[in-house]
Amino acid sequence: MKLEEYRGVWTLGEQRDGRIHTVSYELLAWGRSLADKLGVELATVILGHNLADQVQELIYRGADKVYVVDHPALAHFSVDPYARVLTALVREYRPEIFIASATTTGRTIMPVLAAKLRTGLTADCTGLDVDVESRQLLQTRPAIGGNVMATIITPNHRPAMATVRPKSRRPLPRDASRKGEIIFKRFDEKMFESRTRRLGFIRDETAESPVQDADVVVAGGKGLKDGRNFDMLFELAELLGGAVGASRMAVDMGWIPYSHQIGLSGKTVTPRLYLAIGISGAVQHLAGMSSSEVIVAINKDPDANIFKVSDFGIIGDLFEIVPLLIKRLREIKGKEGEGK
Amino acid sequence: MEGAFGPPPDRRDVGRMMRLAVLVKQVPATDKVKIDPETGTMLRTEMEAVINPLDLYAVEEAVRLKERLSGEAEITVISMGPAMAIEAVKDAISMGCDRGYLLSDRRLAGSDTLATAYALSQAIRKLGPFDLIFAGERTTDGETGQVGPAVATLLDIPVLTYVSKIEEIGDGRIVVHRAIEGGHEVVESPLPALLCVVKEINEPRLPTLSGKIKARETEVPVLTADDIEADESMIGLKGSPTRVVKIFYPKITREGEIIRGDDPEGAVDRLIEFLRERGII
Ligand SMILES: Cc1cc2nc3c(=O)[nH]c(=O)nc-3n(C[C@H](O)[C@H](O)[C@H](O)COP(=O)(O)OP(=O)(O)OC[C@H]3O[C@@H](n4cnc5c(N)ncnc54)[C@H](O)[C@@H]3O)c2cc1C
Ligand SMILES: Cc1cc2nc3c(=O)[nH]c(=O)nc-3n(C[C@H](O)[C@H](O)[C@H](O)COP(=O)(O)OP(=O)(O)OC[C@H]3O[C@@H](n4cnc5c(N)ncnc54)[C@H](O)[C@@H]3O)c2cc1C
Repeated sequence: MKLEEYRGVWTLGEQRDGRIHTVSYELLAWGRSLADKLGVELATVILGHNLADQVQELIYRGADKVYVVDHPALAHFSVDPYARVLTALVREYRPEIFIASATTTGRTIMPVLAAKLRTGLTADCTGLDVDVESRQLLQTRPAIGGNVMATIITPNHRPAMATVRPKSRRPLPRDASRKGEIIFKRFDEKMFESRTRRLGFIRDETAESPVQDADVVVAGGKGLKDGRNFDMLFELAELLGGAVGASRMAVDMGWIPYSHQIGLSGKTVTPRLYLAIGISGAVQHLAGMSSSEVIVAINKDPDANIFKVSDFGIIGDLFEIVPLLIKRLREIKGKEGEGK
Repeated sequence: MEGAFGPPPDRRDVGRMMRLAVLVKQVPATDKVKIDPETGTMLRTEMEAVINPLDLYAVEEAVRLKERLSGEAEITVISMGPAMAIEAVKDAISMGCDRGYLLSDRRLAGSDTLATAYALSQAIRKLGPFDLIFAGERTTDGETGQVGPAVATLLDIPVLTYVSKIEEIGDGRIVVHRAIEGGHEVVESPLPALLCVVKEINEPRLPTLSGKIKARETEVPVLTADDIEADESMIGLKGSPTRVVKIFYPKITREGEIIRGDDPEGAVDRLIEFLRERGII
């Protein structure tokens, strides 16, 4: 394999039910930094059906090129046609780096693709960088229950492939003045055949929680002592225009559903404000929130690990502090209401 | 347990032995793991080890399927690892699997997910054919979840990931539910196929005493790289495109303003001020 024949950074765009999903824009934020550092183009490849009127958005969000493959068989993720089309595209254009989001789709298609291309794949990265001299992709990921971080490279195979934790980075702001090229790729019908068949989809509202899209996350842990005390957090979250998250302890106690769990075995979030209440700050919890813009902690233990990652902290009893905070925020809201 | 096995099998299911395989990995029992700083691979000596907890769901589902098929199935457990990983194979046998093999060879050491998947696919070719192969969602050590899809790809059979339920099986086909973002997808696939199952699929049983005795008495043959006719350039460190170059402990610190809440009113006022400074309220 001649490594120098491979140039450029690719991201795998993702669509759900025909709408481009925000993970596609997060990947472009990662891809943009890598491509700029290497001085190469950033391209996104997106597979789906009837996407034409949306793909320009990928340019506004950082792509230089967008490869679109539009076909009814690609409307929903399906391993066979996705793998065939992506293999063909990689063989034709030879990107040096190819990243996807660590969603159920990304985690399924990338190992299939890597096995077909006989190249390396690093799972669930939380950090990506390049060594400009060697052009190696430095892929950093938590492993062994979040107890260690490993940096992994793919020295002699291309593309270097990785999946990236959703929400581990914010999308770039939309820039409607950005210019780029959109290329519609066509393939032989045979490429779209599949051994498997989607028979249906059973929607489950509880499977999605708004916590990943919220600007403010108010999270509670074991310190709350009882499920009923989460009512306080919901009230606080509403006042701050946010959603409620939780530590695994709180979820394990049955105080709040799993869909609210933040951390290594739960959701990753990057809100503008993360408010950790009665949470000790175990590494596995930090793995899901440490990239938040501002972190505030309320904990009665001055040595709690959470304070080490906080921008602001109050050492105190949450049962005293939280009600006061709610009261003050209500007052402020009331005043704002009067002012209008 | 009522109804956990689904509807009784229809006539088509019986009459032919189904051949099932389960892939299990042995993992460190604790979070305290030593890593070789030179190669970045795990040092497995002097460590307590267990069967990967998520693989118990794969074993259980295979055993349930056998029960659903009125016993008309044979379950083969396959594991790759050091000699001590024989215990993981025996654990699976104690839960109801029929036989097991351990793939163990110094030349396999240091395999990444691609090299691991290649070795496992060679073992499957050797021991098969199988109608259905079960894998766990991911392990608790490497935690990539990449081995299952890669094995299926190298065997050129369909892979169904995040399987939370087997809805139907028979007539050379299977219908499963996949737990994905926002709900469950119902997918049909021809057999043979490989399933990566999630926790939601069942509640693994504890081994019975007779199961344990059977496991103790069952001989688990050890296969070498030669036995599976592995291409040496595709296994171990040589066959691994990825390299761990650095291992470190997560250190994330911010130099924040931490105040005492002895005066709760004052502390909350300062917090409000802080949130205003940062433009959050
Ligand atoms: C493989 C693995 C995966 C994991 N995944 C996750 C994950 O995804 N998410 C996760 O959160 N954890 C995860 N964990 C668990 C993690 O290690 C911790 O056990 C967990 O995060 C602790 O939750 P906690 O902070 O709520 O509880 P604790 O650690 O018990 O902390 C409670 C805190 O509340 C404080 N407190 C108590 N009373 C008050 C009060 N009145 N006022 C103020 N403060 C008070 C205490 O000082 C303490 O700091 C995982 C563990 C493993 C091994
Ligand atoms: C810190 C660290 C990080 C790593 N990161 C990567 C990485 O990003 N990319 C990479 O390619 N390699 C990586 N590796 C190497 C990887 O752990 C090994 O390749 C390992 O053999 C298999 O990967 P896994 O544990 O992630 O298995 P997973 O892919 O998580 O396992 C999924 C399922 O496959 C089956 N399975 C997996 N291994 C075996 C086995 N040995 N025998 C039988 N069945 C098995 C089981 O059913 C299991 O539930 C890493 C290793 C370490 C120590």
